[in-house]
Amino acid sequence: MNSQLDAHGRLRHFLTIEGLSRELLTDILNTAEGFVTVAEQAVKKVPLCRGKTVANLFFETSTRTRTTFELAAKRLSADVLNLNIGTSATAKGETLLDTLRNLEAMHCDMFVVRHTQSGAAHFIAAHAAPHVSVINAGDGRHAHPTQAMLDMFTIRRHKPDFAPLCVAIVGDVLHSRVARSVIGALQTLGVQRVRVIGPRTLLPAAAREALGVEVFYDLSQGIRDADVVMMLRLQRERMQGGFLPSEHEYFRLFGLTEERLRLAKPDAIVMHPGPINRGVEIDSRVADGLQSVILEQVTYGIAVRMAVMSMALGAQNQRARSGGTAEQQRGGGGWRWLNRSA
Amino acid sequence: MTMAAAPWVDASALSEAMETMASQLRRHYAGQGMDTPLMVGIHTGGVWVAQRLHALLQLPEPLGTLDIAFYRDDFTRIGLNPVVRPSSLPVSPEGRHVLLVDDVLYTGRTVRAALNQIFDYARPASVCLVALVDRGGRELPIEPQITGLRVDLPLHRHIKLTGPDPLVLVIHPDTPR
Repeated sequence: MNSQLDAHGRLRHFLTIEGLSRELLTDILNTAEGFVTVAEQAVKKVPLCRGKTVANLFFETSTRTRTTFELAAKRLSADVLNLNIGTSATAKGETLLDTLRNLEAMHCDMFVVRHTQSGAAHFIAAHAAPHVSVINAGDGRHAHPTQAMLDMFTIRRHKPDFAPLCVAIVGDVLHSRVARSVIGALQTLGVQRVRVIGPRTLLPAAAREALGVEVFYDLSQGIRDADVVMMLRLQRERMQGGFLPSEHEYFRLFGLTEERLRLAKPDAIVMHPGPINRGVEIDSRVADGLQSVILEQVTYGIAVRMAVMSMALGAQNQRARSGGTAEQQRGGGGWRWLNRSA
Repeated sequence: MTMAAAPWVDASALSEAMETMASQLRRHYAGQGMDTPLMVGIHTGGVWVAQRLHALLQLPEPLGTLDIAFYRDDFTRIGLNPVVRPSSLPVSPEGRHVLLVDDVLYTGRTVRAALNQIFDYARPASVCLVALVDRGGRELPIEPQITGLRVDLPLHRHIKLTGPDPLVLVIHPDTPR
């Protein structure tokens, strides 16, 4: 059984797209649709997760992801703890598990974890108390499932039918947890044509076999007739690693310009997980252009995270209740007299 | 030992009930000197009823719809409703007379949730509760102003509006709540 699911097949942890069904991913997207309109309310929050406590455990720095997780939790009326692990007890020598035990002792219900090491969120989920859900907010090069789901949500808003789409993912696929999760989500949702495009040094050697994608080393070829062009962030530290000669050359070969974008379908959308490097992987005129949905991704990220968090916190409730409670026995005969007679 | 569900009220009887409700509504807001009301239906059955009433009353503004999944009081018992539809209030209820429409009024908990949700959008001038069926069994101090049909059902029985076309009321003998 998938360790992310409870006995009823409901989401208990959200660690990776791998092993999740199309039905469950679609449920997440549909639930997120409901949360989008919460932002239209004068009071931009719902009372759903009142009394729940969410701890953001960011072992790796992040602004956008942490902020949108925090906003998502607050718009669900949960209480949020932001732990800056770098300056907290772990820096004083406390082990990770001791930190977790302390947070559990404070009755936290959910850990949102980002870590530079692949597998960190799985490790924490495996060691967390049964009443705690773990959401992976990015672990090493492994997975970033909520980013993938907000990307799927943004795509579906523009292109409602996944099956016929051609999606081109451009850039540093080798080091990208976003790419790995996005490819998995696209394939689970039935997208037939997924392409990865980048320099040979930044694409996995066996991408075609291992990931089931088409591989292109030339942007102009790979982008042709694409419905979705997803740019990946070029991490500056890759320059030191000898993967690339220079940012300037990278932009010349793999930067998304208006000219290159014209090779994609005329109604193609341009996506980027952020933060963008203008003039490195994407030209400003494209990033700010009519086909760009980059800021929509940020907005929808909150609704998608609200969906995932409330589904996992709700499944907890069902676990707590599965023993059978007085509530379930209600509706017997004791208070039937309250009902008006016919 | 579930018996087959039997239609309790068929489509033509329901149309008749809704026409009566529409004329009651006209009298209700004309008698009180209210401005044109804003109609809001609760998903799913309440929206179907509201669509019919909205057409019968020829209300000029679009119908609002609420899915109260995020305002329910049983999240801590049963978790999130597996099917959530987006709520949509195309016209703000701020300062307006709102006609809140549901199909079956039972415990009153759904209406409590809907009221909280409406007030998170804006502050209406008033809310009038319109229910196609009042089946009794209230657990909260909530009463409808306009009701199409009344029936007193034992707790273990379940009444459901099926639709959207045709609309039929069905009573299930022993479906748990």
